[in-house]
Amino acid sequence: MTAGAQAPSALEAELIRLVGEVPDPELPVISLAELGVLRGLEVLGPGRVRVELTPTWTACPALDTMAADITEVLTSHGMTEVAVDTVLAPAWSTDAITAEGRRKLAEAGVAPPRPKASGAAGAAGGPVALELAIRCPNCGSTDTRLLSRFSSTACKALRRCASCGEPFDHFKEV
Amino acid sequence: MAAARALGDDALVLAQRLGEWAGDAPVLEEDVALTNIALDLLGQARTLLSLTGDEDELAFLREEHEFRNVQLAELPIGDFADTTARQLYFSVYQELLYAALADTGGALAPLAAKAVVEVAYHRDHAEQWTLRLGDGTEESHRRMQRAVDGLWRYTGELFEPLDGLGVDLPGLHPVWRERVADVLGRATLTVPGGPDRTPWAAGAGRQGVHTEAFGRLLAEMQYLHRAHPGASW
Repeated sequence: MTAGAQAPSALEAELIRLVGEVPDPELPVISLAELGVLRGLEVLGPGRVRVELTPTWTACPALDTMAADITEVLTSHGMTEVAVDTVLAPAWSTDAITAEGRRKLAEAGVAPPRPKASGAAGAAGGPVALELAIRCPNCGSTDTRLLSRFSSTACKALRRCASCGEPFDHFKEV
Repeated sequence: MAAARALGDDALVLAQRLGEWAGDAPVLEEDVALTNIALDLLGQARTLLSLTGDEDELAFLREEHEFRNVQLAELPIGDFADTTARQLYFSVYQELLYAALADTGGALAPLAAKAVVEVAYHRDHAEQWTLRLGDGTEESHRRMQRAVDGLWRYTGELFEPLDGLGVDLPGLHPVWRERVADVLGRATLTVPGGPDRTPWAAGAGRQGVHTEAFGRLLAEMQYLHRAHPGASW
């Protein structure tokens, strides 16, 4: 399933499904497939498999846990040699989070990332996109304000809802 | 891979400095913000240093003169204005550098393309605080001006050519000056006018020449690993 390779075999498709169902260690409501961090899976030989994983943020400490969880799932399904490689390019973007993933994030009280305008946040040296309203995951109000660009994990910002008064995390756009 | 070593050392050393704010920042949100920025930098450092050797050996077992970070990264954290001024100077530089590096298609390009988006948040954070302190009270303005003036002489070093980088660093200098001047202007601060290099610094950090404070930083960073080789938790 690596870029440019042939269509996955039946075994590969099955393993991709299993690995995709692994929950994110920090936000267990969302799976790795929904987070969009799986880049490829290739069966190299009997019992030998290689998985490509991309970090959400460069220093995401959950990456090691993800790799361990993936290894555990694959070994419990008969794989004896599992390699989980980290790939940086092309860089992961919050646009890789699926619609279902966004819905689950909101349901868990984390405002999902907004779709990125082209050229926003960095790549073209442009400003961080902060213009679109972010909806409070508790009451649905769009009257929310930024408390801090940095929150409990690297990928989130801290906001407060002006309507219901609740602070909440926002999965910030990259 | 001299370039990866130099940029990795910048990120590692500044991450260590920012970590000193943990539990000590003016407000809780800043504790979290500065350590988040430190974590981002540490991620960059790990990727960059791993391209040139074993990351742990490089971080914990090298001597002072073997580090290639700029002196700006190693200076003590000072007060919150000093830290804000350094973050402004450094993040504007890093954002320009990574954007250019991402376009080179070289070995460092994937990391640069990934990190430039994260650094945009660091720069935005530094900019907001520069505006708030510069255009704040008389006292915050005075201290912010003192901080940008005091660190100015360490900024020239950022734009020394780096072998093998594939980016024209001196060419980025005027753009950097323009962007920094824009923020300082909006913050009602005066752009420092003095020299942007210390007279006695020779090739400075990129040549392994460091300030006195750097030895103490390394002592703290390396102590545990040297006392208990291979320790983990």
